[in-house]
Amino acid sequence: MSTDQARAPLADQDKTPARQRAKVATTNACRMCMPLGACLAYTGFEGVVPFLHGSQGCSTYIRRYLISHFAEPMDIASSSVGESATIFGGESNLRTGVANVTRVYKPFMIGIASTCLTETIGEDVAAMITRLKDPVEGMTAKTGVDTPELVFAHTPSYSGTHADGYHAAVREVVRSLAEPGETGSDVNLFPGICSAADLRHLKELVSAYGLGCNLMPDYSERLDGVTVARYEKLPAGGTTADQVRAAGHAKASITLGGLVTPGVQLAGELLHETFQVPHHMLAMPIGIRLTDMFTELLGQLSGRPMPEWLVKERGRLVDAYIDGHKYAMDRKAIVFGDEDLVTGLASFCAEIGITPVLIATGGRSGHLAREIGRLNPELDGKVEVLDDGDFEEITARANELRPDIMIGHSKGYTTARDLGIPLVRVGLPIHDRVGGQRVKHLGYRGTQELFDRVINALIAARQDESPIGYAYM
Amino acid sequence: MKKPQTLPAPPAEALATVDLAAVAALDLVTPETAVPLPQQAPVATDLVEDLVKPYPVKVKRKRAKHITVNDPDEIPPIEANVRSTPGIITTRGCCYAGCKGVVLGPITDVIHIVHGPIGCSYYAWMTRRNQADVPESEQDFLKYCFSTDMTTNEIVFGGEKKLAQAVREAYEIFHPKAIDIFSTCPVGLIGDDVHAVAREARKELKIPVFAFSCEGYKGVSQSAGHHIANNGLFKNVVGTEELPAEAKTNPFRVNMLGEYNIGGDAFEIERLLNACGIQLVATFSGNAQLAELAHSQDANLNLIQCHRSINYMATMMETKYGIPWLKVNFIGAEATAKTLRKIARYFGDDELTARVEIVIAEELAKVEPVRQAVRARVEGRPVMLFVGGSRSHHYQSLFRDMGMPVVTAGYEFAHRDDYEGYQVASTIKVDADSRNIEELTVEADPEHYRARKSPEELERLKASVDIADYKGMMPEMAKGAMVVDDISHHELEQLIETYHPALVCSGIKDKYVVEKMGIPCKQLHNYDYGGPYAGFRGAVNFYQEIDRMVNSPVWGFIPTPWEKQSA
Repeated sequence: MSTDQARAPLADQDKTPARQRAKVATTNACRMCMPLGACLAYTGFEGVVPFLHGSQGCSTYIRRYLISHFAEPMDIASSSVGESATIFGGESNLRTGVANVTRVYKPFMIGIASTCLTETIGEDVAAMITRLKDPVEGMTAKTGVDTPELVFAHTPSYSGTHADGYHAAVREVVRSLAEPGETGSDVNLFPGICSAADLRHLKELVSAYGLGCNLMPDYSERLDGVTVARYEKLPAGGTTADQVRAAGHAKASITLGGLVTPGVQLAGELLHETFQVPHHMLAMPIGIRLTDMFTELLGQLSGRPMPEWLVKERGRLVDAYIDGHKYAMDRKAIVFGDEDLVTGLASFCAEIGITPVLIATGGRSGHLAREIGRLNPELDGKVEVLDDGDFEEITARANELRPDIMIGHSKGYTTARDLGIPLVRVGLPIHDRVGGQRVKHLGYRGTQELFDRVINALIAARQDESPIGYAYM
Repeated sequence: MKKPQTLPAPPAEALATVDLAAVAALDLVTPETAVPLPQQAPVATDLVEDLVKPYPVKVKRKRAKHITVNDPDEIPPIEANVRSTPGIITTRGCCYAGCKGVVLGPITDVIHIVHGPIGCSYYAWMTRRNQADVPESEQDFLKYCFSTDMTTNEIVFGGEKKLAQAVREAYEIFHPKAIDIFSTCPVGLIGDDVHAVAREARKELKIPVFAFSCEGYKGVSQSAGHHIANNGLFKNVVGTEELPAEAKTNPFRVNMLGEYNIGGDAFEIERLLNACGIQLVATFSGNAQLAELAHSQDANLNLIQCHRSINYMATMMETKYGIPWLKVNFIGAEATAKTLRKIARYFGDDELTARVEIVIAEELAKVEPVRQAVRARVEGRPVMLFVGGSRSHHYQSLFRDMGMPVVTAGYEFAHRDDYEGYQVASTIKVDADSRNIEELTVEADPEHYRARKSPEELERLKASVDIADYKGMMPEMAKGAMVVDDISHHELEQLIETYHPALVCSGIKDKYVVEKMGIPCKQLHNYDYGGPYAGFRGAVNFYQEIDRMVNSPVWGFIPTPWEKQSA
């Protein structure tokens, strides 16, 4: 397909069972595994230690990966299931593991997630938890140590993506704690996978409208922590248990993004089903239009107008768009990463005049193209959506589409380098730059930072290519 | 591919300056004396009980066996290579990580297909920072991450068909010289026969295709994966080709075993060997191509850098082909010099010996000013090392160069012999977790076995260069230093609070815990994006890096001004 040709309508671009992938293997993947997402989500709840029931390699690899992005300690316990436990079952490993984590970390809750291994051998973790809590045979009865709350999410890597694992874990924490009650004035906010700085900004936005905010999960403290004189084994911060309990009688739930593999239930959906909490689904607020939708909803829920400082932030963003428009207009970008993030990025690109010629993800919701078409009708016929994709496919398309810039995580580096174009690092994982945990994407403020980075990358590329090399271009 | 080396010819007058008798008199076997512990260091014997205090009784007993206080003159036994206690959070990885991630992954011209769900392949994608310098005419798949990306469908109905198709697909797209296949946890559990798929593919594609049953749950750590990788390489690759005649003119031919070229270490080692006129036939497996491993049996000496991950290969090659092995250490300037001298003494050639001395003198002259300058700023400051299966030992040489005492150290996945020495290997009781890792039965090859040295010569070399021996880490550690195997996060934190080290060497999983405690942490798995640290140039890099880290002004900001005032 040449770059000038019209693309298929977005509504027809989602992969369906009828449209088989052209190849069976995945080369240079664009998605991570379910347990990783679950561990990330668990870390966003106060006093929770993530715990993987499976081979210890899962916990090691996932820690290694998340730490390289967040540059923070990330303790994930493992039941260290070995060969004999695969035959006789891993219950005693799970029990020993829970006992040790309880003694050493004194957690409020242990967030257990399964792995390929324990799912394949069919471990019934829910039943094991029941036995652990048994008043006669359970852990407390046997050891005298109080048993922490135990939640469990099914997260076999083969059935979904890291985004699915994230949502599955959030749902399980909510399911285990949320309580009915008199409807309050709080809003439940399910932010999706974003940076610690994004989470802090989201809380600020909601409270700016005078609303209480149950942000679930909130790893803004634990995964972007301070260094102080005394080290905390289980760092403070995260959504409190009381906040999760109150989620059952909040005024409303807002899910940002929420594109998941069919079969994964979102926490917001669960709260609606169980406690009739109204559930609003919005795209991740990147760019003016999508942030407007978010602030409009906050306005509706609170009955308050947009606070003055936020009006100014929005105004400054519009001003920045104008200052930079000529650098952006008619440029071509490839955006890639998690489905929720690329949905927002595509919309942001479109509104500053950059055509996101390829919108790629390893996600498998099957709804990405339609969602992008719904939010950005102007992109219909101009862009390609690649879902369930990998970097081999992204690179192949990039070689034809000849984009000016790539926007996505660190795994796009090789492709960007081969094409000789800049890569603006956003999303997860960012492991070849510092500050992955502080990259801002969301709201007018996050968009402002993103806009500056994108425009500056385009200017820098032009400047570097210039044979003359003036500081004034 | 390593090129045949023509011997460099240093001027005869330079060679004549070397006092061969003095070199022959050097003691190359006595373990180095450790930098003594600081006088105010806590008494390790008092700490053991404290360290395991919060654990339940059974765990306490178990962990206590992994902790000991060193005495270099009378090495105490230590428990190692047994299953980690669930839930105590150590840094160990899995069998797959050792097989694919460590040993096979660095080979550049083989397509490594990971058979399993996506995570395992993704997380091992270049994360070890193996480097390679591949000629443009050759294939390099180092930057790729291949996976069969199993889904529920394959878990239920079997993944062999998808794997076979993935192998075919990889061949059609890339035409690699060979393909290898790695099993992840679910593969063994659902009973996919990866070896059968490999056999069929080999017939169909007419290239080597071989598989590894390295499911994550096997063994107790990466270590099981190393062994499985060694077995697979030995069975399927080593000895399948012959070193071309024109590459056989130099008798000083060695293989470098257990060097994975993290941060470019193998480049520096190759540079030094070449400068000495020693021909590097193959490196297992940093910057390596399959063909060099395939004809590695034509080397005359195997050098072992990482004993833990590759000793199996050395002993199997010795039995089958008659190649003796020598434990070496290219980490540290003094250690590198000693290593080069051992190699020269093994070959027993005066000109080689002289050439090695000239190289050492030239290189040390460049190292010494940096070493002295850094030493003045870091000497006496205590260090802790908890990493790997060999690195905790090797890096002590660099700290010895700088006069920094190692107060406590331990490995993540080593065995007792790596701590106490090769002589205990035969006495280790094999437990259920390790019993299922295949031990190959190897015999002398009737055609290709060639004794490189007579039994008498070998006996002599044992005494003069420790041929076929590894004395382990503990003889080179100070008396009273604490040794902790498979350390947990809790234990590490407690030791930091007790010892107040100037530096901790570890990996990324502890790095930010350590730094949150106000102590700089040097990653020795992937070098924090630095390196090389091997050889003489590497030593200079490392001294400077440590100097930058421990003397950075940033640490001073941790106590706030008001805390400082009230203190």
